Amino acid sequence: MATAHYVMSVDQGTTSTRCILFDQGARLVSMTQREHKQYYPKPGWVEHDALEIWRNLEHIAPEALDRAGAAAGQVAALGIANQRETTVLWDRRTGIPIGRAIVWQDTRTDALIAEFARRPDADLVPERSGLPLATYFSAPRIRWLLDHTPGLYERAERGEVLFGTMESWLVWKLTGGPDGGVHVTDVTNASRTLLMDIRTLQWDPQLLDFFGVPAAMLPEIRSSAEVYGKATLAVPGVRIAAALGDQQAALFGQTCFARGEAKCTYGTGSFLLLNTGDTPVRSTHGLLTTVGYRIGDQPAVYALEGSIAVTGSLVQWFRDSLGLISSAPEIETLARTVEDNGGCYIVPAFSGLYAPHWRSEARGIIVGLTSYITKGHLARAVLEATGWQTREVVDAMNADSGLALTTLKVDGGMTADNLLMQFIADVLDAPVVRPMVAETVSLGAAYAAGLAVGYWPDLEGLRRNWHRAAQWTPAMDPARRASEYENWQRAVERTFDWLKPGQAG
Amino acid sequence: MPGPVQSIERAAAILRLLARGSGRLGVGEIATSLGLAKGTTHGILRTLQGVGFVEQDKASGKYQLGAALLHLGTSYLDVNELRSRAINWADALASRSGEAVRIGTLLDGKVLVVHHVFRPDDSLQTLDVGALLPLHATALGKILLAFDADAATVLQQSGQQAGQQSGQQSGTSAPEQILEQFTRRTLTTGAALGRAITQVREQGWAAELEESTPGQASIAAPIRGYGGLVVGAISIAGAVDRVCLTAEQPDPVLVAFVQNAARAISRDLGAGRW
Repeated sequence: MATAHYVMSVDQGTTSTRCILFDQGARLVSMTQREHKQYYPKPGWVEHDALEIWRNLEHIAPEALDRAGAAAGQVAALGIANQRETTVLWDRRTGIPIGRAIVWQDTRTDALIAEFARRPDADLVPERSGLPLATYFSAPRIRWLLDHTPGLYERAERGEVLFGTMESWLVWKLTGGPDGGVHVTDVTNASRTLLMDIRTLQWDPQLLDFFGVPAAMLPEIRSSAEVYGKATLAVPGVRIAAALGDQQAALFGQTCFARGEAKCTYGTGSFLLLNTGDTPVRSTHGLLTTVGYRIGDQPAVYALEGSIAVTGSLVQWFRDSLGLISSAPEIETLARTVEDNGGCYIVPAFSGLYAPHWRSEARGIIVGLTSYITKGHLARAVLEATGWQTREVVDAMNADSGLALTTLKVDGGMTADNLLMQFIADVLDAPVVRPMVAETVSLGAAYAAGLAVGYWPDLEGLRRNWHRAAQWTPAMDPARRASEYENWQRAVERTFDWLKPGQAG
Repeated sequence: MPGPVQSIERAAAILRLLARGSGRLGVGEIATSLGLAKGTTHGILRTLQGVGFVEQDKASGKYQLGAALLHLGTSYLDVNELRSRAINWADALASRSGEAVRIGTLLDGKVLVVHHVFRPDDSLQTLDVGALLPLHATALGKILLAFDADAATVLQQSGQQAGQQSGQQSGTSAPEQILEQFTRRTLTTGAALGRAITQVREQGWAAELEESTPGQASIAAPIRGYGGLVVGAISIAGAVDRVCLTAEQPDPVLVAFVQNAARAISRDLGAGRW
């Protein structure tokens, strides 16, 4: 009998790093996971220790092999999906990160963004990169780090200090770090820096100049699926054959390969991506133009993205900061103790609002509080916030694409919450469908890596692996849907202009 | 007010003794330590074993504290958490077996479906999370009966009630038929169900062949939480000719798939050696 072969997928996420082995039928064979520490040194600041994340990977990758009873030699390829826009700088010679990584939720570059926005050539940024000037993206963070560390700019210019998002850092470490490490990124991650030309898929000299980022510190931009090198650590000898931003990986894992196909992933934040084919589409409704994926030498596939900053993290806040539940899934149990939200709405603008509003000065609110409200109503309001935020980006997506979404493909951890999934179907007035593999982020990275090394032959073969695991059908009274949506929108308006200009945090 | 109950005081002393030192003692050692007759000690130990507060090691015959005692007050696992922790393995099981997957827990003498994965053929199917299934006519239910002391008690009570009711209503039904009949093959007597449950305990999995719906069969295995406590069951269900090799025998490959999925979930729930 031939030895079984697997593809290894690493999902370096916001709260944890997860390693999954998939077999040829795209079925989960083993899974390991480790959480890393979240640092909140000041209001609005969020940091990770890049070395801790690397050590977690060094631990969980061999552990995943052990659990499957497999050797590294049985891994056909390794693919990485990662939290996007999180920025790491490190010393090329020692491999030690320069301070902590600045996480995508971090809003410390608020003032810097305002400064950039006042420049007469600020239009260059959305025009070239396809993205608005916002704290969400990487380039302002690089600039902030360069500005706040003496001598760093000069060292970066000399190529002594390297920049990367998480996949760059992990590929560099896996391939040997200071000892021959490969310094690369992929088109999807590069498209989130504000530094790449969305059409040419190359670093744009004018954008580098605009943000004051030296070219010498940047990784080489490669395809999402191609062999970058062989691992010398963690899983020695395994080919590293894919890297994608986590949301693009989920688009790929949901097999949204055709123009017009869309998915929404429910995690810390939630992200709706629509495949727009080989042309970048400009949004007039607050969506982002981004690269979906690029396979080998084939043309890149673009996507429109609706980004919601706070969904699953609102449940975490409910658990950790309010202590009203002891585990995230219990939110459903608590929410089911009441019939409805009791008139209460929570708008989680913890770091401003993302799509479709893009209001960085907004801050979160709970409205409609009366003495009637119990923790059960608050739990409902927490879940409903995710539903209504989905509705807002779907409306924007429909307006930009001129199409009406007929079915929403969903994935991610929150799809285990039946109450939430039913509510989303209700507020969208469209069926919500979960595929057989809820871990589509990991699956997408595995698919891309498997394609790059010929483990899977083509996209059609991958499509045949997609099966419906669950479906929720809308059942809400239209009048109630309309009035609840109106209440939600009034709640959202009340979050605007909370921070005064120049006020931090 | 009546005085303290002597046998409960003695039981408490036995539990305190087992909680100390090596934690494994023979009946003679316990009797000597506490100055009790061996017969009395044995009777108390058997009672404590019946409620899960002590366990007897099969090889040595010695007694130790039971899992149920270790998890008094903390054994409750939220069903939504169970679903969340099991979802990946349930998906993989549906994908491997080609059949629909359900996860069930005990609720008021029934099986509560807490998770449902469609059969992966993209046909029209409806989520039945929240549905209540009969304990005695499903593989999920047989697992809960076999491994959950509460379930067995609940069924006994409901069986007695059903027996009384049917006796009152018709006065003519067979005296031993106490369980609701769904098909020709439903186990309707306590004796038949008892034999089935014994077999489930021995083999570690359960099957149900056309016992709730003609033409349908299911296979289930226990999901264990921390300390080995059974917190639910996972099953596949489908057409009897796909699930079974012969009229009486479930496909062993499918049985292995179900058991492996149950073990993987149990491991993620911290079940350790199971």
